[in-house]
Amino acid sequence: MKTEESYLEEVTASEYKYGFYTDIEADKVPPGLNEDVIRLISAKKNEPEWMTEWRLDAYRKFLKMTEPKWPNVSYPEPDLQAISYYSAPKKKKELESLDEVDPELLKTFEKLGISLDEQKRLSGVAMDVVVDSVSVATTFKDKLGELGIIFCSMSDAIQEHPELVKKYLGTVVPKSDNFYAALNSAVFTDGSFCYIPKGVRCPMELSTYFRINEAGTGQFERTLVIADEGSYVSYLEGCTAPTRDENQLHAAVVELVALDDAEIKYSTVQNWYPGNKEGKGGVYNFVTKRGICERNAKISWTQVETGSAVTWKYPSCILKGENSIGEFYSVAVTNNYQQADTGTKMIHLGKNTKSTIISKGICAGKSNGSYRGLVKIGPRAQDARNFSQCDSLLMGSSCGSHTFPYIETQNKSAKVEHEATTSKIGEDQIFYCNQRGIGEEEAIALIVNGYCKDVLNQLPMEFAVEAQKLLAISLEGSVG
Amino acid sequence: MLKINNLQAAIEGKEILKGIDLEVKPGEVHAIMGPNGSGKSTLSSVIAGREDYEVTAGNIDFQGEDLLDLDADERAHKGIFLSFQYPVEIPGVTVTNFIKTAINESRKARGEEAMPANIMLKKMREKMGLLEIDSAFLSRSLNQGFSGGEKKRNEIFQMAMLEPKLAILDETDSGLDIDALRIVANGVNKLKSKDNAIIVITHYQRLLDYIVPDFVHVLHQGKIVKSGDKNLAHELESRGYDWLKEGVEA
Repeated sequence: MKTEESYLEEVTASEYKYGFYTDIEADKVPPGLNEDVIRLISAKKNEPEWMTEWRLDAYRKFLKMTEPKWPNVSYPEPDLQAISYYSAPKKKKELESLDEVDPELLKTFEKLGISLDEQKRLSGVAMDVVVDSVSVATTFKDKLGELGIIFCSMSDAIQEHPELVKKYLGTVVPKSDNFYAALNSAVFTDGSFCYIPKGVRCPMELSTYFRINEAGTGQFERTLVIADEGSYVSYLEGCTAPTRDENQLHAAVVELVALDDAEIKYSTVQNWYPGNKEGKGGVYNFVTKRGICERNAKISWTQVETGSAVTWKYPSCILKGENSIGEFYSVAVTNNYQQADTGTKMIHLGKNTKSTIISKGICAGKSNGSYRGLVKIGPRAQDARNFSQCDSLLMGSSCGSHTFPYIETQNKSAKVEHEATTSKIGEDQIFYCNQRGIGEEEAIALIVNGYCKDVLNQLPMEFAVEAQKLLAISLEGSVG
Repeated sequence: MLKINNLQAAIEGKEILKGIDLEVKPGEVHAIMGPNGSGKSTLSSVIAGREDYEVTAGNIDFQGEDLLDLDADERAHKGIFLSFQYPVEIPGVTVTNFIKTAINESRKARGEEAMPANIMLKKMREKMGLLEIDSAFLSRSLNQGFSGGEKKRNEIFQMAMLEPKLAILDETDSGLDIDALRIVANGVNKLKSKDNAIIVITHYQRLLDYIVPDFVHVLHQGKIVKSGDKNLAHELESRGYDWLKEGVEA
């Protein structure tokens, strides 16, 4: 019989990939990737020897790998040698006032109900009130510090908490996990690090928002969240406001470690530039996200994906410890020519492990959305249980929705349930709403939000309200 | 209030309404009866503004305005309400949320502020009492898993909340048992006033025992072939429609 470790390795080493592509006007390193470039990145970041070696090891593994072809998406393969892998954190060009900002962007801000100050921050307008947000961030940091919570950039963590980084980095997503994870391991420039000490309940939602000015996140972002025994943290990533980025390829890695009795709730709103209505441009978002649960631990992923031209993303849970719980709640919207292949993997290794998957796909325009999920019950996962629900909502008749559920059970006591539905927003539903005085766009927003309710309910309150508006905006003018 | 002149309408090229004339004044209750396929539901859909139907001739005047120029939601804002024969399900949207959205969208269209939550709540309680609805009902998904009776009661509940000027009840009696029928009909009667009007579309006399019409019209092959008072409905009940059909077809 396999040992738990070897089983884990086998499970984590299989499939999963990510991609990237870039267009930085970097001020330093010339385009291309080789060991010297990696050494240079590491040196510029003043990293210790072990970190440099770690990156090089990842790079050597990466060289033996090829870009995955299995996702149900198509796009021109990015030229990895054309990317510049290090650019000094350069200041974005500051604008004098909101008058200089793209009016389309402002319209969207308004619809989302984003405050004027926030609009300025997001669009890079110089702000007089910056002092305020700095002080907010500082107060916030002091408070976390008192509890022993570490929340900083990955670069800082490597310098200041090397023992934690060394112990956990790459343990959930190994360097050789997949093509893009290997690349990320070799060249990541920054990201977030979070550690919650034993028994501490983090009193606020941790959000990348609070340090976005300190460390601009790059296209190869690396996030590591560690919840020590009995702790709890809710982490928010992303932003409902449209995010434009010069980089076409984003290949991030997120690792979550929930030790015994710990709980991590990880929420994402992804709204990268999806390209224009003709399908030109847009971000390739190829992310490896995975968490590991020790005994009685729980990891809950919630995502609202509305952006990017091409998305591959499968936030997963390895339920290693007995009684551990994994949850995945997802809304993925594709419109125009967007393509998304997203889902999750629930790997049950421990006894009495439980997982829940609620996936809501919405396809409009000429887009393609796929749910791809794996539920795997290992031989020792006595009495494991899974419930999956994968729904698709189609708008119009030129879009495509696909479901690829994989179930592998190696333990007869397992209970695995899978439900799937496909529906269309009916003209009947729209007319019914119209007849009650609800106009077409409002009707679609109402119907779509109703459809996504089970997922949106998982988001922190304020985020949920913005996400609702975001869904409506993403689907504007797509009635079929 | 409502004046329909020589209304003709078709769906997918097939002519359904072949010249309807009808006038409804405030405070009146009109019943439209007729056999299956006579055009009753088409008439209600055309008044409400369903786009599947093409109006080929005639016009509909509502309070001095040409209804045919307006979209369905704009007609609703003017005070037209249709109680659907087959109300649709909207999963995940609660009855409360739906009604709140409907009321506030109409208010917005009229340039009014959203209705304050406490007033909305008070009004809901009052109307729930009228239709013997309990509060658990409000947090269910709209029409999802509702029994036939619950769906119809929900339609009339919405009517009570929206307070339309003209309500069209399309076969509200179908699928109701006798107790539910009485509750729904009582609700409708309490909503009647000298300022609003109701058009009841039905196959059977049964509902008209409770909601007593001022006028009864018989629709056959897309035309109103006979109009009368409530006694016409009784006559139809005992004699059927055939004697009227013969008169037309001959």
